Amino acid sequence: MGKILLFLLMSYVIIWAYIFPAPQQSLGEVSRIFYFHVPSAWVSVLAFLVSMLNGIIYLKKRDLNYDIKSSSASQIGLLFAFLATVSGSMWAKVSWGAYWNWDPRQVSIFILLLIYGAYFALRSAVLENDKKAALSAVYSILAFITVPFLVFIVPRVFESLHPATSVVDQNLKIQMSPKVSLVFFPSLVGFTILFFWIWSLQVKISQRVELKKGG
Amino acid sequence: MPSKFSNWVTKITAVFKKEIKSEFRTRYALNSILMFAVVTLTTLSFTVGQFALTNPVKSALLWVILFFSAMSGLAQVFIKEEERRTASILKLSALPNVIFLGKFFFNLVLLFMLEIVTIPLFLILLSLQVESWLLLLVILLLGSLGLTSATTIIGAIVSKTNVKGTLLTVLSFPILLPLLVISIQGTKLALDGSHLAGAGSEIIFLLSYTIVMLTASILFFETVWME
Repeated sequence: MGKILLFLLMSYVIIWAYIFPAPQQSLGEVSRIFYFHVPSAWVSVLAFLVSMLNGIIYLKKRDLNYDIKSSSASQIGLLFAFLATVSGSMWAKVSWGAYWNWDPRQVSIFILLLIYGAYFALRSAVLENDKKAALSAVYSILAFITVPFLVFIVPRVFESLHPATSVVDQNLKIQMSPKVSLVFFPSLVGFTILFFWIWSLQVKISQRVELKKGG
Repeated sequence: MPSKFSNWVTKITAVFKKEIKSEFRTRYALNSILMFAVVTLTTLSFTVGQFALTNPVKSALLWVILFFSAMSGLAQVFIKEEERRTASILKLSALPNVIFLGKFFFNLVLLFMLEIVTIPLFLILLSLQVESWLLLLVILLLGSLGLTSATTIIGAIVSKTNVKGTLLTVLSFPILLPLLVISIQGTKLALDGSHLAGAGSEIIFLLSYTIVMLTASILFFETVWME
């Protein structure tokens, strides 16, 4: 049932993303990527948050199931971070003139990719399962607390070309024409559900693999 | 309360003294970071010293040297406990917080010793014109505090893994990058001759980064250390 709903929602997003007028008139047709780029970036951060929260629960309860949940969320987060980077740099090529120009926002997503990479490097460097789980949980917490510095402070010190106020403005009011939000918010919801669905599948697969290894 | 606090300080000092003593038996960490810094600096000066470098480039190079030298030595403080199999005895003799802070201060002293040698050499070899010494010192001090706070806890994580060689750099870089970016910016301002007030946001950033990192380290060190 959930799968059918998700299918309908994503189909709605994909179809209307191309039928409605482009979200930003000044950028033209290319700005339709907005409907897919922003939700992927959102999911890549959400996945990291989910991974860290499961890490914290692991540290409290010492149950390896939470470690499987945490690492699975990171695996999917890495995928979405990659998608956000690629779609973002394609958009940057069209609107800013180069695929990569170390804009603070590009630095942030690059760091997110590095954090995911370091997280998996750490996991592969520890053999014992419970040690691996605890160390990677602590690392993801340490990495997470530096995110505010990166996302909110560094772009304030350096100039960014990336719009900081594209979705919400300074007064936290939604800044979007009604037609755009009719596609954007379903897309955001659809990507979020998609993430949780892939995540639950990944958790099931990893649990089976662990069971086979153990028995 | 004051007696409790002074008791705590005594214990931290004891760990710190123990680190100094065992370091000066071999001078392994100090030698490796000093030689690393000197070699890097010489290479830099040899290859690019003849060109007129701009201030942003010079400040970036300075922090690249400090970052990689720190990476080569600051994890030793935990790795040696695992290698010499002295970690269990240390676990029995002191509280985790005390051990962490003792080792943190030791790493800080190590980094300061590195800077005392490297920075004058850097200034001479790359012929830097420092306009605002006070700001440079403040940025170096706060930057080193942040650098040490992050590398000490990550060094503790690394010492528990099976691969110890390059992991510290890999794990520290994403966490330290915001700090490095702001330190480089602050150093550039000092070279350009900005006043303390002109670099206010950089100073606040470095301070808050250090406070956040130290707090998190003290909270989670016990989990890592007892693993």
